[in-house]
Amino acid sequence: MSTPSYAVTDSLTMLRRNLKHAQRYPSMTVSVVALPVMMLLVFTYVFGGALGSGIGGAAVGTTDYIDYVAPGIILMAATSGALVTAVGVCVDKTEGIVNRFRTMPISRASFLTGHVVGGVIQTLVSVALVIGVALLMGFRPSATPVEWIAAVGLLVLLILALTWLSAAIGLVAKTPETASNMPLPLQFLPFVGSAIVPTESMPTGVRWFAEYQPFTPIIETLRGLLMGTGIGGSAPAALAWCAGLTLVGYLWARAVFRRGAVG
Amino acid sequence: MTAPPASSVSARSSTALAPAITATGLSKSYGDKVVLDSVDLRIAEGSVFALLGPNGAGKTTTVQILSTLIPANAGTARVAGHDVARDADAVRALIGVTGQFSAVDNLLTAEENLLLMADLFHLDRREGRRRTAELLRRFDLTEAATKSVVTFSGGMRRKLDLAMTLVGDPRIIFLDEPTTGLDPRSRRTMWEIIRALVADEGVTIFLTTQYLEEADQLADRIAVLDHGKLVAEGTAEELKRRIPGGHIRLRFADETGLDSAAALFPAVKRDSEALTLHIPSDGSIPTLRAVLDVLDHASVQAEALTVHTPDLDDVFLTLTGSPRPGDEANSLKENAR
Repeated sequence: MSTPSYAVTDSLTMLRRNLKHAQRYPSMTVSVVALPVMMLLVFTYVFGGALGSGIGGAAVGTTDYIDYVAPGIILMAATSGALVTAVGVCVDKTEGIVNRFRTMPISRASFLTGHVVGGVIQTLVSVALVIGVALLMGFRPSATPVEWIAAVGLLVLLILALTWLSAAIGLVAKTPETASNMPLPLQFLPFVGSAIVPTESMPTGVRWFAEYQPFTPIIETLRGLLMGTGIGGSAPAALAWCAGLTLVGYLWARAVFRRGAVG
Repeated sequence: MTAPPASSVSARSSTALAPAITATGLSKSYGDKVVLDSVDLRIAEGSVFALLGPNGAGKTTTVQILSTLIPANAGTARVAGHDVARDADAVRALIGVTGQFSAVDNLLTAEENLLLMADLFHLDRREGRRRTAELLRRFDLTEAATKSVVTFSGGMRRKLDLAMTLVGDPRIIFLDEPTTGLDPRSRRTMWEIIRALVADEGVTIFLTTQYLEEADQLADRIAVLDHGKLVAEGTAEELKRRIPGGHIRLRFADETGLDSAAALFPAVKRDSEALTLHIPSDGSIPTLRAVLDVLDHASVQAEALTVHTPDLDDVFLTLTGSPRPGDEANSLKENAR
């Protein structure tokens, strides 16, 4: 079998193709960046005063609330970026080009790998832009270089997990429209977590959910790394969630892709 | 059961005309729905084979199995000497598939699409560029080479699709309904391209179509597929010969006329919607007169009469017992003439 030796070459070819798409049709990337930036603006300048004083403690006023909310919004940039992969995979599927690839003597894995790696790169660019805007708005992380690297590493792991899930979603969705809607719950989850406000401020039921859902430990770890707040048991939980979600997404996508002709 | 087992085929194949494709007892079902029911095929190298059938007959499924896209539930198939299930990669290296829906990358230009294929076929950069330029020229796409495929017409997309398939220099090409949805001129162009492929490069072509004329025009051998079963196979001439004669088509002004005429010719096909009767006939003057005499005698007025010499339409009708594949197909066919 020639497959293993071409796995890297073919994946790179597919990656180039996807990056070319992103470069040529940046509207998707723009909308993916625009949403978290808008939320950052709204939560900082509109709700920031109230939320900031509501959270209490040392954090009072808009300049300080941004330090609380920015890590949460950065995480939302990661979740909204996942949508690009779901749509991209689904478009390829519905347009029939996946079936062309499947009848060619190329590495089986390359199609999904190309999409996922391309998606991760695109989302990282979006995340970097959102971090840039947050810094301009007065976000002042206290992270050391090592903590920054750890934070970026965590984001990469999270994005990888979400992108594999999105690839699977793109394969199962019937239309690109469905594919772009299906990851919405992922984008909504951070709200019902500690992205915007601490879970302590929530009613018991919601709070229980918020504390045990995957995004809360990830946000808490990210916030801890960037702002020096307590991480505690969040870090292992965050890593476990990322690894688990990656595995689920990968196996799901692979199973659907192998099931046979799609569309 | 009729085709020899695959092993004896390959044993003989090393010398003379090896079959490019053989299938034995190919079956596929989705749940309770049987899509393919024990299909046997044997297609000679360098020939054009047409699988003819209405929508839902199982044509695309057959192509998908032979091109390694989906597994069969039962039966074996060998393409270019390799088993499609066990040695899919070897098969993939020798085939090209142009599916029913243009599998092109809409966000790239025509040239980029071809270069993408060249990369995936692991051609080196120079060879990839050479091949791309050559295919663009051959398919008359040079001018549109740097335009985004989104702007292409249906015919151009189909041409690009086929060009992408040819980048890998396949020995066997599967064309699943290559002209469905094309305008008559693009269809003609596609036919010319297909003929040239066979003449110049000696490739084997496995074509599916619901257009009888297309099979007649292009194929050396035609197999008729209906509800997942092969109901006939042979050359266009052989198939036509199975219909002893043509028919006389009588059209009536109203249902009453049609009813009274139908009573005179009990065993003939009637089409209540078109208000026509199809009376089997060789189209000779005496039989024509006989039919008219019967009508006259019963004072039934026919509005129009057409004499129809046998063509593949009749073959199809006779073999499958179902109406011809849709009005759309027929009107397109008329346009193509």
